[in-house]
Amino acid sequence: MPEIRSQQQLTDAYEQYKGLLSLRLGKAVDDKTRLVLVCGGTGCQASDSQKIVEKFQKLIIDNGLQDQLQAEIAGCFGFCEKGPIVKIFPEDVFYVQVKPEDVQEIFDQHLVGGQKVKRLLYEDPALKVKIDTSDEISFYKLQHRVALRNCGLINPEKIEEYIATGGYQSLGKILNQMTPEQVIDEMKKSGLRGRGGAGFSTGKKWEFARGYANDEKFVICNADEGDPGAFMDRSIMEGDSHSVIEGMCIAGFAIGAHQGYVYIRAEYPLAVKRLQIALDQARERGLLGKNILGSEFSFDIAIRLGAGAFVCGEETALIHSLQGMRGEPTTKPPFPAQSGLWGKPTIVNNVETLANVPVIFERGADWYSSIGTKTSKGTKVFALAGKINNVGLVEVPMGTTLREIIYDIGGGIKGGGEFKSAQTGGPSGGCIPKQYLDTPIDYESLASIGSMMGSGGMIIMSDHDCMVNIARFYMEFIVEESCGRCVPCRIGNKRMLEILTNITEGKGTETDLLELRSLAETIMDTSLCGLGQTAPNPVLSTLKYFMDEYEAHVIEKRCPAGVCQKLMRYEILPEKCIGCTACARGCPVGCISGAVKQVHVIDQSKCIKCGACITRCKFGAVVRI
Amino acid sequence: MINLTIDGQQISVPEGTTILEAARSMHLDIPTLCYLNLEKIKYLNQVASCRICVVEVEGRRNLAPSCATPVAEGMKVVTNSKRVLSSRRKNLELIISNHPFDCLVCAKSTDCELQRLVWEFGINTQRYDGERSEHAIDRSSSALKRDPNKCIMCRRCETMCNEVQTVGALTAFGRGFNTIVAPAEKEPIVNSNCVFCGQCVSVCPTAALTGIGYIQEVWAALFNPKKTVIVQVAPAVRVAVGEEFGMAAGEAVTGKLVAGLRRLGFNAIFDTTFGADLTVVEESKEIIERIEKNENLPILTSCCPGWINFLEHSFPNLKYMPSTCKSPQQMTGAIIKTYYAEKMGIDPKDIVVVSVMPCIAKKYEAALPNEETYGIRDVDYVLTTREVAKMLKEGSVDLRHIQEEEFDNPLGQSTGAGVIFGGTGGVLEAALRTVYEKATGKTLEDVNFTAVRGLNGMRIAEVDLDGRLVRVAAVAGLGNARKVLEKIESGEEKFDIIEIMACPGGCVNGGGQPYAEEREEIIEQRLSGLYQLDRNTKIRKSHLNPAIQALYQEYLGEAGSHKAHEILHVTDLFSAAVKQK
Amino acid sequence: MTDTSKDSLCGEEHNPQFAELDRFIDELHIDPKDPRRKDKLIMTLHKAQGIFGYLPEVLQIHIAKKFSVPHSEISGVISFYNFFTTTPKGKIQVNVCLGTACYVNGSDKLLQEFEQVLGIKAGEVTKDGKFSIESLRCVGACGLAPVVTINHKVYGKVKAGDVREILEKYMVEEDVENKEAADA
Repeated sequence: MPEIRSQQQLTDAYEQYKGLLSLRLGKAVDDKTRLVLVCGGTGCQASDSQKIVEKFQKLIIDNGLQDQLQAEIAGCFGFCEKGPIVKIFPEDVFYVQVKPEDVQEIFDQHLVGGQKVKRLLYEDPALKVKIDTSDEISFYKLQHRVALRNCGLINPEKIEEYIATGGYQSLGKILNQMTPEQVIDEMKKSGLRGRGGAGFSTGKKWEFARGYANDEKFVICNADEGDPGAFMDRSIMEGDSHSVIEGMCIAGFAIGAHQGYVYIRAEYPLAVKRLQIALDQARERGLLGKNILGSEFSFDIAIRLGAGAFVCGEETALIHSLQGMRGEPTTKPPFPAQSGLWGKPTIVNNVETLANVPVIFERGADWYSSIGTKTSKGTKVFALAGKINNVGLVEVPMGTTLREIIYDIGGGIKGGGEFKSAQTGGPSGGCIPKQYLDTPIDYESLASIGSMMGSGGMIIMSDHDCMVNIARFYMEFIVEESCGRCVPCRIGNKRMLEILTNITEGKGTETDLLELRSLAETIMDTSLCGLGQTAPNPVLSTLKYFMDEYEAHVIEKRCPAGVCQKLMRYEILPEKCIGCTACARGCPVGCISGAVKQVHVIDQSKCIKCGACITRCKFGAVVRI
Repeated sequence: MINLTIDGQQISVPEGTTILEAARSMHLDIPTLCYLNLEKIKYLNQVASCRICVVEVEGRRNLAPSCATPVAEGMKVVTNSKRVLSSRRKNLELIISNHPFDCLVCAKSTDCELQRLVWEFGINTQRYDGERSEHAIDRSSSALKRDPNKCIMCRRCETMCNEVQTVGALTAFGRGFNTIVAPAEKEPIVNSNCVFCGQCVSVCPTAALTGIGYIQEVWAALFNPKKTVIVQVAPAVRVAVGEEFGMAAGEAVTGKLVAGLRRLGFNAIFDTTFGADLTVVEESKEIIERIEKNENLPILTSCCPGWINFLEHSFPNLKYMPSTCKSPQQMTGAIIKTYYAEKMGIDPKDIVVVSVMPCIAKKYEAALPNEETYGIRDVDYVLTTREVAKMLKEGSVDLRHIQEEEFDNPLGQSTGAGVIFGGTGGVLEAALRTVYEKATGKTLEDVNFTAVRGLNGMRIAEVDLDGRLVRVAAVAGLGNARKVLEKIESGEEKFDIIEIMACPGGCVNGGGQPYAEEREEIIEQRLSGLYQLDRNTKIRKSHLNPAIQALYQEYLGEAGSHKAHEILHVTDLFSAAVKQK
Repeated sequence: MTDTSKDSLCGEEHNPQFAELDRFIDELHIDPKDPRRKDKLIMTLHKAQGIFGYLPEVLQIHIAKKFSVPHSEISGVISFYNFFTTTPKGKIQVNVCLGTACYVNGSDKLLQEFEQVLGIKAGEVTKDGKFSIESLRCVGACGLAPVVTINHKVYGKVKAGDVREILEKYMVEEDVENKEAADA
């Protein structure tokens, strides 16, 4: 593949490749030429999407139809609930939950025959109507895909397709026409704030790093996405690595760095693979490495793997992990912009932040800052999960309300329950209750109601979830992931967990609630790093909005949501019990008595509330109250 | 200069000063726990992990760790608001919630920095009754005891071992609640590359790291009518043990210590300094031989077991360099169990030799397989300065007021050269005084080799031995030892004699001395005390010690004789117990 | 408590696994004097664990020597990260995701079910060395919650009732090999 050694050659390459996307952009060539795009994100791959695309490709070759038919893998389409997803172009038809066995039918009926396979189309759950194209699907209607612009559009393993979208043009423009100061000004004007959670102004961070003179500086992409329930960064890395690579090059130019690192979780092998392919291809084409696009600017990127430590998402811990040490954070100041990797000025930027950079320069800071709210510009990608019908990845302008996300995009609560709370910010965030459903999502408004934007994980909880148990769950995660360096986090969070566990087991008291607040205060005020400083957030926000549940647990020893095992009573309804003895046989402590064909009884004093009996009873005779 | 306000008072300090240092300069004593700054030996533990020293800084969202936060222009700091005090207290309560509550029977009781803070804060309840970490106590070696249940993750030992001593035997291990500092894979310390220098013990604020104790064994020997129990006292002990009784650091309390030991019931009180003189005589012969032949240079001193252990692990190629002499402790013990035993008609099997040492490495040395003579252990038990102070108190001795007494003879006489063994540079200086006279045949007029004294990591001098220029160095601290040995291995530097001590400052700063904590001036005062003793001693050259001369005449023959080699040297300096790693 | 000092690893000299690891490390061109040489450590540990399956002491010491750092440093780093293990895992590694999305969809009950069926707790290995169970925190496949991975194969929307069926496929020896070949 020829190297691209100038902006003109890049434009030429764009002209050469842009046709690759015309079908996808809806430009029909004739009524026979079609393209199949299969979602290639980890979720769909687990459901055999790789097999699906390979089957299509084989059928195309076997039938000698390479001239008019093409099958490609693309990045995550976002609608994970309905995966594997297959899109057919130019019609932009959207097939859901496709299995490898369906491929033949789609091939025969649609690809060759030109007729949609109705049964595989998405059906709107409310209207009960089949919908053809994705832009009519409510999941997609309200979305504004900026960071995810190429995910699901291009094959991430083909750099030509990224170039065909106009990729690397921003880098070219910058290298040829702009100074680092101008780049930083434009970033500041755009209002882009760090998408990893803290929301610090990206432009300002770059400015600080530029200000510290040093012969060596570093750009680090934080792809450690550790928040459980968050998969935004993974999807971007799997679906559009080049946007991150381009973003890093631009960042490097702005601050004066020549070396970048992507620190990526070892739990994301597909993302690592796609990133490696993208890096190799970019280097091959002269878009990375020495004298990029024939300019004076050299910048290269290396991949470094994490090894399973949530705390390594914290920038100083990440830097220490990169240096081959235990991933323990250290005090700030000094901040990494002043003294980071190997003591040199370093910027650490999140994947989504970097993915936004090229498009900001393509369409302008003014365009970007016209989206969103006064203080939070642009869009945000959320990973919608939990008790929600449309689990998946959504990108919305800042200022969209929770209600719109949960109901209009998310399709409402799964399992027939009622909305109870939305948790954002992972273990560092808070639970947002019903009364705030109309809060516009932006950094400040979320913080003002006791939560935070976080990296984008949004877990929806219904009345089937116990908020005390949720708080305990997050604290358990924190205790596992605490690095152990500082006292308040290492020991304080452990004590908070013990109290929460006691409460969920019916051993809590009202004094415990006071102690939780007291511990929370010290932990937030004196922990060494962000992990500890924000660890009490889920507890504090649930205490604030769901005090009634806490009080039920400590005063009445009752779990209103029916979740906390130890607060449930298991009883056998005499009218339904037929004496099959299945429950008694499965009881690990032998607390169920009763002869064959006689009504059985549970001895409450011995019952350990494990729930084995209710699982085994086929007659609905065992109830939990 | 940066101007800031602390507790309403204005102060100006240089840029880069931390809030803690600024506060201390105003005599504002912000409580600390993990922080430790020993400037003179270039040790700084600034991990900000205990969160006790936190302060309020106006405009900052959370509290700042004063030990690790640099001052800024116009900063307004408050060190004792309700917010600060309540978090400080809470963190301390959290620390003790995961700490054993056996203060009453803990070796560090009254000497423990954690205990002191809890007392100062007036904490009088255990607020939390949750899980406590459970780790195995490590008594695998004869010198160092590890109790990881008492580890508060201050990281001081790790910093000392990795950065100052460059041994690297310790690491933080695990993650989260059960993290502790331990050897690799939490193996018993005897399986690691620990050299038992004891510097980690010196800096540990709790009883996570202490020496292995032998007080009960010594009492048992003392009360055993069948045994003749003899004690020897190292030079560095006499200028430090008084501190345990409230006396000044550096005050030489030799006579009082001798009297006290006699009160405890030891059958004879001998002076390790005698052994030091003996070491000088034997080693000088070796030194002169090697210099004359110009072979196997530099010769390295071998009286510090921590240092020799370090050499075995880190520079196995240079194992031929140290002198084959035993240390003064071992030589004294050997002479007691041969010469003295014969003289007094006692079966050496019935003699128990106890030595009082400023370090814990000596406990390791005494137990080494090859530290014996004719099949009998040279030294049976080693007590640290701290341990002997406890025994004296238990034995009704008030060191402040007891009347001074003299050492017993024939191993009670010593010279000024011997006594300065207790400080870095002392062994070298003592050796030079004898080497000079023996090599040149001339009298040394000025016995002071001040160039090799002091707390610098390494001091170099050139000595003119009647035309032959000898290049010598005194090194203290294993990190400094590593540096000089690397240069010798590569050929970058050449020396004739190098004295190496594992402990920065030498034995006066050993791991068995009264805890000096951050008061580095104590080390300097102890050193001064030794040099003062040297000045006040009539005989200041080891080979002129009449008791030493008598020993050779009556028993050993001459320096380097066959008998001297059998008793006072080791054929293989290196312990079979060293695990090859 | 597994005694890792007497491992069944062959001596370093003629062992093809060590040879493979050394080839990898030599390619990294580690300069013992370079203060930054440890930035290749974690990738080396990943590689070593990929070859040997776990990181016992003798391997740690070997790597320590290659990087010119004390053994304690390697040991401390390994002990920090979830990925690295100093004891062998089962041939078939069951990982149940306990990330929030999966948890809220009942993955903790899934874990209990796996523990009950296999007779071991999370973090343990069955006596015959065949199965081990771990809990993971989020593989990022939240759309498939609750998620279980078995030797890198991802199972989505798993119900407690499916557990026995899934495991049965792995219980039979030959099936395991065939299954892995098919998935490759």
